[in-house]
Amino acid sequence: MTSIVIIDYGMGNLHSIAKALEHVAGKERVIVSREHAQILAADRVVFPGVGAIRDCMTELKRSGLDDVVMQAAAEKPLLGVCLGMQALLGISEENQGTECLGVIPGKVVRFADDMRDDASGDRLKIPHMGWNQVHQQGDHAMWADITTDSRFYFVHSYYALPEREEDVAAMTPYGIEFASVLAHQNIFAVQFHPEKSQHAGLQLLSNFVRWNGDA
Amino acid sequence: MGLAKRIIPCMDVDAGRVVKGVQFVDIRDAGDPVEIARRYDEEGADELTFLDITASSDQRETMVHVVEEVAGEVFIPLTVGGGIREVADIQRMLNAGADKVGINTAAVFKPEFVKQAADRFGSQCIVVAIDAKRVSSGEQASRWEIFTHGGRKPTGIDAVEWAQRMVVYGAGEILLTSMDRDGTRDGFDIELTRTISDAVGVPVIASGGVGTLEHLAQGVIEGKADAVLAASIFHFGEYTIGEAKQHMADRGIEVRL
Repeated sequence: MTSIVIIDYGMGNLHSIAKALEHVAGKERVIVSREHAQILAADRVVFPGVGAIRDCMTELKRSGLDDVVMQAAAEKPLLGVCLGMQALLGISEENQGTECLGVIPGKVVRFADDMRDDASGDRLKIPHMGWNQVHQQGDHAMWADITTDSRFYFVHSYYALPEREEDVAAMTPYGIEFASVLAHQNIFAVQFHPEKSQHAGLQLLSNFVRWNGDA
Repeated sequence: MGLAKRIIPCMDVDAGRVVKGVQFVDIRDAGDPVEIARRYDEEGADELTFLDITASSDQRETMVHVVEEVAGEVFIPLTVGGGIREVADIQRMLNAGADKVGINTAAVFKPEFVKQAADRFGSQCIVVAIDAKRVSSGEQASRWEIFTHGGRKPTGIDAVEWAQRMVVYGAGEILLTSMDRDGTRDGFDIELTRTISDAVGVPVIASGGVGTLEHLAQGVIEGKADAVLAASIFHFGEYTIGEAKQHMADRGIEVRL
């Protein structure tokens, strides 16, 4: 029986992601934990997060979980979600510049305030909130049984700007085209919330539960 | 192609039971919020909103159980409004599995509460509900004020200024209800919706007055709403969420089908 640990570092509500994983993997396999040893012993790790990036990094460092995330990111399938994805990059513009974990080269920037919809000319609201399309860039085991351009649920004001094009696993249009999913070796990181994205989201989580970490 | 406009069915819950006449012919228990939530999810609802109208505080706990149960089997965003007055109320609902909370009256009486809530939990889960009523008449420039107590008590607060202030305080979204149209089935107050949507940078959910599918489309096309909320047209089984989405798609609106 392989285990999936959701890293609990005090940033927000882990109920939804835990319930969704239990739904696809069975209750007994899903553990919410802040124990270093338990996280490092897991077969798979989910790195979630909502809120502000500075609070996120402060909590990670205070609890010593920053090193644990780095270690997990180096050796086992890891799913970054929302702020968990952003924290994997090098630096974020949020909170006047916040240094992040630097697992994936690149930065996190804010959507411009004056973006307009190409077709209607309407102002694009921030946060980017709701169901948007996720356009897959190439094949990946995590995309099994998910068609390209499927809609997932987003809520965020900042987005990832990775340095290496090969780390981008999907793009999403919102004023600009931004990298909504990053993939690097055993890391898969999504800006949207799979736990709130109904069938497509559950399929992605189900793929993660079976993923061995190879692209 | 891009971000879809959202359709959000809203359920009024009193002591753990959905009220205001939800009628599905083939549903076992028409008052069971879990069963109704499941139905809306299957039909393609983009989010679900529960409004807790329980009067007695000792029955409030029942809403927590409702949210827990729904969140355990419906994997789309859940918003809970009604009776959210302090940080502990928000914490309880988020722990139960809600993704967002709606703050209404408490914001009017204690605006700082919105700031406190957004600082603590993040703007993404703070929806400020605004009940607005037109106070201008005839030739006067349109003006709306915030009303409390189901639209009975005026506060003298200008609705546009209020919406902008709530965004500054950290509201991640505005749920805008026209008290003039609520329950009339005459359609949204389009001018109000558009005015507020143009005035704030966060998403606006239009509410109050939906009687036809075309009303939903108007809220988006003319009112510039980012999402539309309705209760009775879905509850009575007049239209499914799927039909509503198809209608919006036919009118050229981006929806999740």
